[in-house]
Amino acid sequence: MLSRPTLLKILSTLIVFGAWEIAGRIPVSYAFPTFIESMQALARMTFDGTLFTAYGETLKPLVIGILISTVLGISIGLAIGLSGWFDWLMSPIFIVMQAAPLAALIPLLVMAYGIGLTSKVFVVCIMAMPVIVLNTSSAVRNTPSSLKEMGRSFLGSDLEIITKIIIPSASPIIFSGLRLGVSAGFIGAILSELKITPTGVGDIITYSRSIADYPSMYAAIFSIILLAVLFLNLLETIENILFEGNNRGYVSD
Amino acid sequence: MSQTKEAFAKATALDTEIAVSTRNICKNYGAVEALKNLSLDFPRGQLTSLLGPSGCGKTTLLKIIAGLLEPTSGEVEVNGRLVTGPGPNRAFVFQDFALLPWASVMRNVAFGLELRGVAKSEREAIAERYIREVGLAGFEKSFPHELSGGMRQRVGLARALSVDAKVLLLDEPFSAVDEQTRRKFQEDMLNLVAHENKTFIFVTHSIEEAVFISDQIAILLPRPSRVSEIIRPTGFRNRDMGNIRRDPEYLDIVDQIWASLRSYVE
Ligand SMILES: Nc1ncnc2c1ncn2[C@@H]1O[C@H](COP(=O)(O)OP(=O)(O)OP(=O)(O)O)[C@@H](O)[C@H]1O
Ligand SMILES: [Mg+2]
Repeated sequence: MLSRPTLLKILSTLIVFGAWEIAGRIPVSYAFPTFIESMQALARMTFDGTLFTAYGETLKPLVIGILISTVLGISIGLAIGLSGWFDWLMSPIFIVMQAAPLAALIPLLVMAYGIGLTSKVFVVCIMAMPVIVLNTSSAVRNTPSSLKEMGRSFLGSDLEIITKIIIPSASPIIFSGLRLGVSAGFIGAILSELKITPTGVGDIITYSRSIADYPSMYAAIFSIILLAVLFLNLLETIENILFEGNNRGYVSD
Repeated sequence: MSQTKEAFAKATALDTEIAVSTRNICKNYGAVEALKNLSLDFPRGQLTSLLGPSGCGKTTLLKIIAGLLEPTSGEVEVNGRLVTGPGPNRAFVFQDFALLPWASVMRNVAFGLELRGVAKSEREAIAERYIREVGLAGFEKSFPHELSGGMRQRVGLARALSVDAKVLLLDEPFSAVDEQTRRKFQEDMLNLVAHENKTFIFVTHSIEEAVFISDQIAILLPRPSRVSEIIRPTGFRNRDMGNIRRDPEYLDIVDQIWASLRSYVE
C-alpha cells in the first residue's frame, strides 16, 4: 500500500505529464513537442550515450560549485551569525550578490577568468552561495537565547555551544537554504553553458534548437529538472539521517 | 498575628551558615532599573523563595546568581567565593524549560553532564536515576514535544539535579502544572530539601506555595526593586506536610504577605 503523500506525488506528476502531452498535440506551438516524443528523444540520447558525455561536462562545474558553496557558505553564514563584526563585514556582499543580475556579471567573469571551468564554477557559486549564507546566518542568529543560556549555565565551552546547540537548532533552516542554493546552482550551471560556452547539457539545448530538433531540446531540459529533483530528495534524506529529532517539532513554553 | 511575630523573632537569631550572599546588587537594562541595591543572604541547606509581582526582577536576580548576567554593580558570593560566571556549584531550572527539542528525555537530562565531559555510559546511568526520581521512568526515549508542560518542567529539574550542584536555582519551576500536580511537586520539593543537602533558591508567584515550601521568603517589590521583607516560617516546618495548610501560622503569614503585596496589584 502506498502512503498518501507518495500517491499524491504520483498523481500530480501524471497530471503534469498529461497536460504536457495534450498541449503538445494541440499543438500550442510548432516548437512544442509532445511528452511522448520528448521521452523517445530522451531514451535515444540515453542509449547512444550522448546524455552521459553531456552530463560529464555539466556536472563538473555544478558539483564543484555546489561543494564550494556548501562548505564556504555554511562557514561564512555561521561566522556572520555569531559575530556582529563579521556581519558588518560580509553581509552586504551576499545581499548584493543575491540581488545582482547574473547575466550582466557573466561578461565580467569571462573577462577575468576566461571561458573555462573557473568561470562556470563562479556562476554556480554566485547563484548558490548567497541564499545558503543568508539562511545560515539568520538561523544562527535566531537560536533561542534560553538554549544558549542553558548551555552556558551547564558550563558548555563556546565550541560545544556552537556544535551541540546552535548548529542543530539552526539545521532545519540551514538545510532549507541548501535546498534553495542547490536549485539555484542547477540554474547557474545551465545558464553558464548557455551564456559562456555551449558544453554539456547546455550544448544539447542550444544545438537541438538550432536544428529545430525540439524533442531533444525538451528531453535535455527535462533531464536536468529530473536530476535536480533527485538531488534535492537526496539532500532531504541526508538531513533526516543527520538531524533526526528536528522532524519532531519544536517546544515552546 | 502573635505567631508571626514569634517567627520574626526567630528570624533575627539566625545561626545557619550562609551559602549564597548577594551584596548591593544593581542591575539596569538601559534606562530600566531592574534591581537596585539588593542585598540578601541564602542559608545553606535551606529553601529561600523570591516572591514578588511580575517584572520585579526575580529572574534577573536568579540569573545574576547563576553568573549568566553581569550585575551593573554589586557582587555575589557562593560559598565565600566571588561569582564571575557560571560554575559547577550552581544549576539552573529555567522558566521556559530550555530543553533541546531534537534530543530525547535521556539526552536532555544527561546534557549537563555531557557538557561537563562525563562519559556516555556513566552520565546515562546518573540521568536514569534522576529521571526515575522525578517520576518520568518509561519516558527516557520520548522527545520534549511528546510531553506535557509539567513533564517538560520535570525534565529540566532532573537535568539540574543530575549535575549535583550544591545550589539549585529554580525559576518558577511549577508554573506549567495544574493545581493537583503542583501540590504533589511542592511535597516532593520539601522532601528534596530535607534529603539532599542543597541550597535552593526558588522563584514563585504564588504566596501559598512560597509559604508552604520555604524556610525563608524574600518579598521583592518593584521600581526600584528591593527586598522589602524577609519572612521565616518556622513553626510548622517540622510538622506533617498534610497539616501545614491548616496551621494558623501558615494562614497568618499568607495573609500578611498578601497585605503587603496587594497595593502592587492593580
Ligand atoms: N533583556 C532585557 N532587556 C531589557 N529589559 C529587561 C530584560 N530582561 C528583563 N528586563 C526588565 O527587567 C525587569 C525585571 O525582569 P525579570 O524578568 O527579572 O522579572 P521577573 O520578576 O522574573 O518577572 P516574571 O515574574 O514575570 O517572570 C522587567 O521590568 C523587564 O522589563
Ligand atoms: Mg521571571
